[in-house]
Amino acid sequence: MSVTKTYEEINRKLKEGTAVVLTAEEVSEMAKECSPAEIAEKVDVVTTATFGAMCSSGAVINFGHANPPIRMEKIRLNKVPAYEGLAAVDTYVGATAVSEENPKYGGAHVIQDLIEGKDIELEAWGKGTDCYPRKHIKTIINKDTVNEMYLFNPRNAYQNYNVAVNTTDEIKYTYMGTLLPKLKNANYSTAGELSPLLNDPEMRTIGIGTRIFLGGTEGFVTWQGTQFHTTKEKNELGVPVTNAATIAVIGNLKAMSSEFISAAYYEKYGTSLFVGIGVPIPVLDEDIAKRVSIRNEQIETTILDYGSAGTPSLGRTNYAELQSGSIKINGQKVRTAPVASLQKARKIANILKEKLQAGEFEVTKPVQMFPTGTSLNSLKEVEEEN
Amino acid sequence: MKTVKKRFVLNFPPQSGDKPLSYRLVKEFDISINILKAEVKPGKTGTLLLELEGTKENLKKGIAYLEENQVQCQPLKKKITFKQEQCINCGNCTGVCFTGALKMDRSNWELKFKPEKCVVCELCVPACPLNLFTIDFN
Repeated sequence: MSVTKTYEEINRKLKEGTAVVLTAEEVSEMAKECSPAEIAEKVDVVTTATFGAMCSSGAVINFGHANPPIRMEKIRLNKVPAYEGLAAVDTYVGATAVSEENPKYGGAHVIQDLIEGKDIELEAWGKGTDCYPRKHIKTIINKDTVNEMYLFNPRNAYQNYNVAVNTTDEIKYTYMGTLLPKLKNANYSTAGELSPLLNDPEMRTIGIGTRIFLGGTEGFVTWQGTQFHTTKEKNELGVPVTNAATIAVIGNLKAMSSEFISAAYYEKYGTSLFVGIGVPIPVLDEDIAKRVSIRNEQIETTILDYGSAGTPSLGRTNYAELQSGSIKINGQKVRTAPVASLQKARKIANILKEKLQAGEFEVTKPVQMFPTGTSLNSLKEVEEEN
Repeated sequence: MKTVKKRFVLNFPPQSGDKPLSYRLVKEFDISINILKAEVKPGKTGTLLLELEGTKENLKKGIAYLEENQVQCQPLKKKITFKQEQCINCGNCTGVCFTGALKMDRSNWELKFKPEKCVVCELCVPACPLNLFTIDFN
């Protein structure tokens, strides 16, 4: 009879301090000698993590009302445009919005500055209404002056991601970093066997309501992320071989740390936000034990040419090869470089492990599972009728 | 005699173009020269990145000779600033560094920077998403 555990049983063990918690890298090592059945018996929770640039990130902020009040219809935070269509003093500042004066400073930097307690210049304009007569305000805000301030990221923690290369004669500056001409480098982003959605590829334990580590504090999965694609090609272990599922996440920005949230600027691309995410996976049964045991060499990904139109595929590789420092593309040896921090991801996985072991964090049964069988629409151009 | 290899950034004043300074380094001080990068504008200042190899004593004398001729010599390390304390070890810079000056340590995935391997290609400057590198070559 194979072992099955409930969330309640695991949480009880976590509270008692008797649960066995390992990081995904540790359990992958253990799997070299133990069967999934043995792992299911011995291990209760596996911690996974990632720390990469996630462009689809941003923050909801409520500034509070001034006297006289203003209905903000154009908003700038350190000259960075923030969304003006959310009531009078609510806004959403996206990581990739950029300053009108400095293209290297964007919403991501506003978010990092807010976390660090720095003052931000808020300037807003309104047309003036009977109930909100004011037409302009220019003031200073920071994390202590605003009401709510929370990170709400529509698409994070991609389940796998492609490797980026460039076959052309010119340098390409991309969100996957600087790609040297003629296949002189290959950049990859995923944390491999430590990456959250690669350890639970069917998302049996990750769903709406899952409690996670987000940016240094506790956060939650709110929804499937945008561009949530569950029907992409999978390898024989059921792991997608390119970017597939994603999660939308939320958490209190006031409690976050810039050690785990970092603004970024990519040359000739724009700004983005490095986001630290950790997801605990309860080992409910043998199937999950098998999934979390996955090793870098078993996780494949696709090599795409970012220099050519349509980003054609140049083949496949796996994370053991990518992490070794070089891969072969069309028989040519190509140097590899990560563009997401495995050092930070490991740190997050270990912090989460310690919190779980200390009974300070629990595993959450999702209130609703993600949809299955999803695919993506592309944007069609409709010709105007004359 | 044991020799050492060191990289220096040399700044030439406008009037120095008429002297064969590097020839003298080879001839008089027995220093082997490898030019790694050069920006020479006739009539204006010029900058050279040189790898000099010679005995410690000869390198010292050679540098003194250059400085007597109004050529500023600074060890390469002093021309590069890297705000390591802010580094998130993402690895973006290692993708463009073909000399191996910037490499990931594969045991802990931290960035290892060896300025002595740098050839001042300056590709890391825009490649770092946190803008942590500054190179003062000119």
